[in-house]
This record gives sequence, structure tokens and C-alpha cells, in this order.
Amino acid sequence: MNELAPPRQILDQDWRRILQFGSLCALTLVFIALIGMPVQLDTRILIRRHLSLGYLSLIWIPMIMGYLVSKELVLEGIISAKKGPRDLLAGALTGMIGGAGLSLLAVLINNFDLRDPLLNWSPQTLEQLNFGNGIGFGIGIWLLIGGALGIFGSALHVLPALTAKAVGVALMTVALVSILETAITDLLEGFRLTFITDSLYAKRGGLSVVSTIVLVVFVALVTVLAAGQGDALRVKYDALDAPRRKSANLTMSFAGVIALLLLPLFLGKIMNELLANVGLFVLLALGLNIVVGLAGILDLGYVAFFAVGGYTTAVLTSPNSPWISPELHFGIVILIVIVIAAMIGLAVGAPVIRMRGDYLAIVTLGFGEIIRLLFLSDWLSPYFGGAQGITNIPPVDLGFAEVKGSDPRSVFYLVLFFCAIAIYISWRLQGSRLGRAWMAIREDEKVAEAMGINTVNAKLMAFVVGAILASFSGAVFAAKVGSIFPSSFLILVSIIILVVVIVGGMGNITGVIVGAVVLIGVLGGPKQPGLLQELGTFKLLIYGALLVFMMLKRPEGLVPNARRSHELHQEEFLQDAWLKGIVDDDDEEVTA
Amino acid sequence: MSPIMHIHDLTVSFGGLNALSDLNFHVDEGEIVSVIGPNGAGKTTFFNLITGLVEPNSGDILFEGESILGLDPYQVTEIGIARTFQNVRLFPNMTVLENVMVAQHCRTHQHAFGALLQTKAFRKEEREIRERAEEVLSFFGTRLIGYRLDQPAFVLSYANRRRLEIARAMATQPRLLLLDEPVAGMNPKESVELTNLIGRLRSEWGFTIVMIEHDMGVVRDVSDRVVVLDHGVTIAQGSYEEVSNDPQVIEAYLGRPAQDAS
Amino acid sequence: MTAVGVRSTRRVSWVDRFLTTLRIVLIALIVVGLLAFIAQQIDNDNAFARRRNPGATGLTAAQVKGLFVTGVAQGAMYGLIALGYSMVYGVLGFINFAHGEVFMLGTMSGFIASTKLSDAGYWESNFIGSFLLIILIAILVSTATAVVMERVAYRPLRDSPRLIPLITSIGVSFFIQNAVLGLFGPNSKSYPQLPEWLAKNRTILTFDIPGTKIMVLVVAAVSMAGLWWVVERTKTGKAMRAVAEDKEIAALMGINVDRTIVLTFAIGGAMAGIGGILWGLSFRSVTHLTGFLPGIKAFTAAVVGGVGNLGGSMAGGVALGTAESLGPQVILEPLGVKGVSQLRDAVAFTALVVVLLFKPAGLFGERLSEDDRA
Repeated sequence: MNELAPPRQILDQDWRRILQFGSLCALTLVFIALIGMPVQLDTRILIRRHLSLGYLSLIWIPMIMGYLVSKELVLEGIISAKKGPRDLLAGALTGMIGGAGLSLLAVLINNFDLRDPLLNWSPQTLEQLNFGNGIGFGIGIWLLIGGALGIFGSALHVLPALTAKAVGVALMTVALVSILETAITDLLEGFRLTFITDSLYAKRGGLSVVSTIVLVVFVALVTVLAAGQGDALRVKYDALDAPRRKSANLTMSFAGVIALLLLPLFLGKIMNELLANVGLFVLLALGLNIVVGLAGILDLGYVAFFAVGGYTTAVLTSPNSPWISPELHFGIVILIVIVIAAMIGLAVGAPVIRMRGDYLAIVTLGFGEIIRLLFLSDWLSPYFGGAQGITNIPPVDLGFAEVKGSDPRSVFYLVLFFCAIAIYISWRLQGSRLGRAWMAIREDEKVAEAMGINTVNAKLMAFVVGAILASFSGAVFAAKVGSIFPSSFLILVSIIILVVVIVGGMGNITGVIVGAVVLIGVLGGPKQPGLLQELGTFKLLIYGALLVFMMLKRPEGLVPNARRSHELHQEEFLQDAWLKGIVDDDDEEVTA
Repeated sequence: MSPIMHIHDLTVSFGGLNALSDLNFHVDEGEIVSVIGPNGAGKTTFFNLITGLVEPNSGDILFEGESILGLDPYQVTEIGIARTFQNVRLFPNMTVLENVMVAQHCRTHQHAFGALLQTKAFRKEEREIRERAEEVLSFFGTRLIGYRLDQPAFVLSYANRRRLEIARAMATQPRLLLLDEPVAGMNPKESVELTNLIGRLRSEWGFTIVMIEHDMGVVRDVSDRVVVLDHGVTIAQGSYEEVSNDPQVIEAYLGRPAQDAS
Repeated sequence: MTAVGVRSTRRVSWVDRFLTTLRIVLIALIVVGLLAFIAQQIDNDNAFARRRNPGATGLTAAQVKGLFVTGVAQGAMYGLIALGYSMVYGVLGFINFAHGEVFMLGTMSGFIASTKLSDAGYWESNFIGSFLLIILIAILVSTATAVVMERVAYRPLRDSPRLIPLITSIGVSFFIQNAVLGLFGPNSKSYPQLPEWLAKNRTILTFDIPGTKIMVLVVAAVSMAGLWWVVERTKTGKAMRAVAEDKEIAALMGINVDRTIVLTFAIGGAMAGIGGILWGLSFRSVTHLTGFLPGIKAFTAAVVGGVGNLGGSMAGGVALGTAESLGPQVILEPLGVKGVSQLRDAVAFTALVVVLLFKPAGLFGERLSEDDRA
């Protein structure tokens, strides 16, 4: 551990930095207020009578800014000062500048009318900012709230590590428990544990004050008591030898699969519907992961293959199909879908595959739009129904059960089946000759070719495998919804899947699955609501912001690649060993 | 010994400037030839021409008696020519082992279905690829094996990256190996070691080697023959001694007597 | 020594064959469509035209001219947007996907300013003044957006692989679109009416041209000339061209690379702002989605004209606009395609695919493709 210098003088501040973070804080707050988040999300209660999602959308900003302003880059060899009151002051000032932004906004709304262009320059927003108590109260309270939250954020540096961790975990838990209310209620109802939810949540939604406090105390205690246990477990796991570790992995995945199979039985219709939607996106994301994550081809028209799967299924199964309606069984249809998706994948892939990466991205985007416009056009409406789409797609008859949209549980199982296939394909291909070729192309295409890889063929294979996985998703989607329209296949879908893949971590199967579950589950898909269905149109804004944030801060994704982090770990170990003089110095000699 | 590669009147120009003009060159089976010359003499262009990255304006390249002009780079590798790059270009996020395994792409045949069905043939081939990769890596002593196998290439030291690049080229099972400044940036001890390895590449692995190198010590120690390029023209060739005493070479390249140069 | 010529032994793969076939089919379709159109024009009832499309009637000369003028005016606006793509691509080597949103913000700010002016009665009483004012406002807004975008999202990524800033720009685009949706709502907003003296048709060289389109063409030409002057005649322009050639060398020569890049974004943004106003005045409506399609099409125009080549971008824009305007009626309709007007956008995207199909690195993209290191 580094030695820490004594805390700096309280007025020894980096004023410029405070001003920067403060104004950023104020701008963000005003922006959030003006796009109407506080008002529109106010209906979602998180803590009864004290906190709604609307206010949450504001208050986390000063907290984060307070945290960031007093965070310092720790450099090896440079002694950093111990955190103290000076940092609390920085946090407080930052938060107050942010609060002042909101106060100013309230004053402006009170005195000027800009409602004409700005939709949310409204009395409701003002009311929300004032807490219904008149403009004077509003101005004062935001300075206070901002300052308090700023202090809170910066205090996380000042508190002892364990306390800070306990506070952080407790806050996260409260946020999660209140945001996931529907899911938790539904799940516990399935287990007949309604007494827990009854005591946890207030009658008309949201945590009650008492339960919040109990939750915070409980979680904080558990965090403090269990501190180190997790690390100990990891150390234990790392210490296992290869076969033992393998069997431990197997046991864990087996347990996971069983849990996943049993879970829907305890869930209600809405949650199962959500799970089915999430599954569809997991499937899409796994496919795009092969194309973008493994082979490094940025395909922005990925939704086209989703559409191809959907339309093929619709044409081949629906009695209402305007062109041919063979009304085939879903099992046969899937085989045909594979063939058609592969063919279209090749036909779209062949012209674009030699283009440079960025051109390819835009051209595939164009292809995605062309395919949608063609499905929509009058020209092809005798075949695909134009804007009216194709309706009356029958449920999937499995002999022992029927998979139909009105029974989301069955859809979920069907999706799960296809996801399992997709995971298996991704996993096996990743460790094969083809998968290695893809990775090499992603890393350096020219060198890959110089090492004997036929890059055109390998990239086309990635395109085709991705196309097939997307078309599976399209086929299940068609059977689930029962009808299919061009409007389900906007470019938007491609972009959202891209965000999912990037947030999860490109080329990382687990990451992509987790990314899809979290993002689609909580925020929702392009048209499918997630757990926070109040978000409505804001979710697209969040997706956009998330994409930019990820690219700037964590291009490797939120879920660290197990292998990669293991290696990084190894490197640290080596560094330590080198410092102790264990490693042969010839081995590590760097002459650059 | 018969020539394994023969180059006739090779000319290439970029924007009216001749990078190489009327180059004639041959390599005999089992020979180690060094190509030297001042910066901008067209040495790397020469490698790019052979490996199909650049197309010549005129002339021909025969490998084992057949023209290889117009082949895609991967096809050139397939027929048995492998290269390294001057500015080390590994696959940084792949492991050391994977870097070498992927280079065997053109020598192996299993397709996606084999991987999906985990057929016997697939598993056998995977095992062979792995064994071969380890065999190639163990050529460099203990440097690239053991715990290193599963490290991503980006954590390697500079010298190890150079070694891994050579290992990767070896794994494509070439007959002709093109090394672009293999010891650039290495310290004297490492250079000596690598020089020995280059000798062993011929004696133990049977590669014919063409090498671009600036380090005259290395050139002297391993080459059977030295070719000097300047402004895209061959100005001399022959043994190291012959070339280093050639007045034209001294003027164009060394600038002063060779014995003082190194 | 016998002289040996260059023999090509490149094995032709199925991909090559497929692409060749595709090229031939595309050319054949275009030729057949054109022939059918010409046949229709000569004789509405000739057998060739009838066989292709029984219900079709030819276009009158006035209709063709009208479509042409519409196409050129539309294309001039694409060209103005394309300049921004082209300049940024030239200097930084990545596609700024969010440039369409810069354009949209220009249109949007023009709308706000013009309705305010209209409410104050100034729009009617002094149109020229109002017009100049809203152009100025749009330029300011678009320039500011482009500059902030560069500072926040792209500068930290300057040395990363090319796809990373591209993905980031997709995120930026998505963010701006939805921020505008949140701020101004989803409804389509209408610009105030243009004054009668400007909007009325004028006849120039037998072309009957609506005044709006004349305005578009004139403003586009003036902006283009101004841009040309800046890039070719000023020190700033020289710095921009130097940075486009080689950032490191330019920095060694004492050029402030950061500042030059910011300027590039700013000038591109200004052009998009002007384009935005012209778009708003021509179509008189704007939503948060206004930037998407023109953005993609302008990128197409930039590729058609050669990225990094400013005159080419303008020419590419005009070519694309004309193709998009005439293509459906002149090629698709005679081929027997129904409801061709719905396929306008598809035609634009197809044009992009076709251009890149024949020239995978873009028409003049070779210089840039040299540094293809990912």
C-alpha cells in the first residue's frame, strides 16, 4: 500500500476542477429536467412518499459528480494526499453548483415562457422542482440537496474502505430492490412468499420507509460481516487444479441451467413475457457477437436477417400469406429458414465483404433499410403483404405442447432451446480453427491473410453464422407475435443489439448474455417494455448515452473476459515475482 | 542446388517513382540470403511483392518453377512462403499459443461442422495443431512455453514478440522463410542468440531463408550470400566479404570502410 | 534473360464470379429500364414498352425537367451535408455517423428562430433579413454541436482503431436524436410559409423552376464557393490539407493539429447548418428523425464523389439527388415495378451499394485505403 501524505488544507482546492465538474453537473441536471424525465418518471415510486424514479433521475448526478471531483488519479511513485474535509468541501461545492443550475432553471421557468419549442418548460416541471412548495422553497432546497449529495459522493473517499463499501452496496441494493419491484413481487408470489413483499413494499408500489431502513441496515451489516469471504472463495477457486475447476464449473453451470428451467414455473405471465423477449435478444446478440465480436465485422444491418427469419416463417406457416401458403410445420420451416438465411447472408455478404470496415458498416445499414423498404413496398406486397404485413401465424405445435404468444412461458422455453444452440455454436466455433481465424482477422486483417487465412471465406462464414442465429430469433418472434410487419424491423433494432453486445463485451459469450439480460430486461427492447417500462422513449436516449460512454471508458465491455483478466492477473504475479528477483531477468528483458 | 525462387526483371513503381527496377534475384534451396541496403532502398517492397501484398508492373516471380504473380497473400502462404513483419504485427489479444495455432490455418482442413459435432477427425486435428504449435514454440527454449502459452501476445517483451513472430511464420510450414529485420531492437546478447537460431532454422527445420537486416554482424555470421539494394536497383551481390569490399556498396551504403562500420 | 510479362494466375473464387454476375445484372437492369423508358417516350404504345409494363405511360418533357430540377436541388443539399463527412473523413479517417444530427439541429434551430420571427411579424416584413438571421443561427448551433461532439466524444479516441469512433458516433447520433425528441417532442414542426415573391415559379432556359429551388441552388453555390476559398486560399485551409496528409508531420511543421481538427468539424458543421435551413425551407417540416436519411444519403454522396474531395462531394450529392429523383420513374417504373415512389430511399441505398460494388474503396478512396491498419 502506498504511504499517504497528510490531508491538504481545506482551502487548498483545485477551483477550476470544481467549476468544471459543477457546471457539468448543472448542465446535466437542467438537461434531464428539460427532457421531462423528472415529471414523466414521477409515477414510478421507489420509496413511498419520499423518492420516485423521477427524482432519482436527478439526484444521482450530484452524487456521482461529488464522487468524481474528489477522485484523484493514483500514480505509482507519487504520494497522494489522504482524503479529508478538503475533499468534502469540493464535493459540496460541485453539488451546489449543480443544484444552483436547477434553481436557476426554476426561476427561469417561473418568469419566462419558452414552452413553444421546449415541451417541458411547463408548470408541471416547475411544480416538480419546487416540491409543490412555491418557487422560493425550490431554489433553496436544490442548493441544499445538491450540496448534501455532493458531500455524500465525496465522502465515499473519506470513509474507511469497508464502510464506504457497505454504504455503496446498501444503496445499490435499495435501488435494485425498488427498481425490480415487479420482478421480485412476481417471483416471490410464485414461491408463495408474499409475506416478504407485503412487508417490503407499500400497498401502491414502492418500498416503505421502514423497510428501506431495515434493508439498508441489513445489507450493510451483511457486507461488513461477509467482507473478505468472497475473495476467499475466489482464492479457493483459483487454487483448484484444472480437472477440479472444470468439475466445479460444470456443477455451477448445471445448477444454473436447472434454475433457468424451473424459474418460469414460478413466474407470472408478464415476467415470462419479459423473459421471452430477453431470450429473443440474447439470441440476436449472440449472433451479432460472432459477426462483430469475433470476426470484427461491424454489421449495422443485422436486423435484416431477423426480418428474413420472421418473414420466411410467416410465409411458410400462415394461412393468410398473400403469395404461397403451404402452412408447413415449424420444424420444417426452421430448416428452410436456415437455408434461406444462409443464402441471403451470402448474397448480402459477398458484395460487402471486401470493403473496408467503415464502408461495410454503412453499406450493411443500407442493406438493412433496403430489405425493410422492400417488405414495405407495394411492389412486393403481393408476396409479403406490404404495410399490412402477414397475420395469423399459427402457434408452434410441438406435439406435447403448443408454443403461442398468449402463453409466454412456452415461448420462453422455445427461445431457451434456441439460445442453448446459439451458445453451443458460439462456444464450439470460438475454440476451433474457424474461430481462431475470425479472431486473427479481427486483430489484423492483412496479417491474417499473410498467415494463410482466406479472409473472404472466413468473414463470409461469420456473416452466415450470424445470419442464421438472427433468423432463428426472427422465426420464434413471428410465431410468438402471430403476425409480422415491416415496422418491427427498424434499424433501431440493429443498434440496440449492437449496444447490448458492446456493453456485455465484444467476443465474450457470458458478457453478451449478461448484457442482453440486464439491458433488455431492465430498459427494454426497441418496442418491448422492460422492468422500467415507465422509461418509454427515454430508454433510447439511455442506449445512446451508454454506447458513447462504453466506447470512451470501457471498450472491452462491462463483464470482464474471464480469460483475459486471468492473464492480466498472471502478469501482476510476474511483476511481483520480478520485484522479488525470482524470475530470470534475461526472460523479461525489454530493449526498446 | 537448384533455385527455389527465381525473380526476373521485377519492376514496380508507386506514383511514377520506381521502388524496384529490373530486379533479378534467385535463392537456392537451403540458402540463407541477406538483403541489405539503406532505408528506402525497396527491401520491404521486395517482400511485399513476393507475398502478394503489392503487384509488380512487370517481371515475374517463380517459386519452384511456377509463377506466383497474382496470387492472393494467403495463397502465397499456402504454396510455402512465410514472412515476418518489420514492425512486429502479432495478434495482440490472442494468446501466444493461439497466435501460432492460427498460423496453421492453411495446413489444416476441419470446417465448422467438425467443430460443432466434435468429430473424431476434428479433435485429432486440434490436438495435432496444438502439439505442432508447442513444438514450434519450444524451438525458442523456455521463453514462449509453459505459463506463457496462455498469455495474450500483448504482454510479451519486445524480444519475445519478435520470437513469436518467427514462430508464427514457422508454423505455416513454409519452404521459404522471409525475415524482415529479425533482430531489430534487440540487445547484442539477444541478437547473437537469434543469429544462432536463424542458422538452426536451416539446419534443423530445412527452411530456405531470405532476410532483410541492418545489423552487419548478423549478416556476416549467417548469410551465404548478400544482395545489396539501392534505389530499387541491385548494386552488388556475393559473399559478405565480396560485398563489403565493393566500392559501390561502400559509397552507397556503408559510406566508410566496412571494418569500421560494425 | 527472356522477358516475362505479368501473367495473372489468380484463382477466381465463387465470390468473384458472384460479384461479376451481380455487376452484369445490375447494368443490364439499368440499361433495359432506360431503353424501355426511351421506347415509351417515343411511342407510348410500342411493343417493348407494353411488354415491360402494360399500365405505364411515358413522362412529358416538363415532368422530366421537373424531376431533374427537384433532383439537383435536393442533391445540392446532400452535397452541403456531404462536405462535413468528407472533410472529417479526410482529416481523421472515420465516418462521423452523427453528422446527420448536426444537420438536423441546424434545421431545428432554424425552425425555432423562424417561428419566433414569424410571431413577431418580422418574417413577412423583412424576409431577407430573417433569412440571413436564421442561417446565422443555424450555422452557430450546428458548428457548436460539431465542435462539442469532437471535444467530448472523438478527441479521446483519436488513436483507437477506426471502428471505435464510428461506433461512438452511432451512439452520439442516437443520443442527439432522442435528446431532441425529449426536448421538443415528437410532433413534426412546420416552418412558416415562404413569401410569395420568392416561392413563385420562374422560367430559366426553358426550365420552369420553383423559386425555392433557385434559392437552394444559389445558396449552395455561394457556400460552396466560400468553402473553396477557405480551403484553397487561406492558411487554415492549408493547415487542414496538411493535417489530412499526415498529422504527425503537420504537427512537426508547427501546425496546431487539435485546432485544425476542431476547425474542420466547425466548417463541416456550418455547411450542415446551411443545408439544414435550406432543407427546412424546402420541405417546411422537421422532426428529431429529419437527420437520419439525409445523413446516410449525404454519406453516399461523399463516397460517390470521393471522400476527402470537396468538389467531388458536391458533385456526388447532385448526382445522387438526380439519380434518386429520376431513377424510380425512369428505370424502375419502365421495368414494371409498382409504387416506385416508395422506393426512392431504396434507390439511394442501392446507389451506394452499386458504387462500392464497382469500387470497394470508394471512387477516389485509394489514398486513404493505404493506411488500412485496423
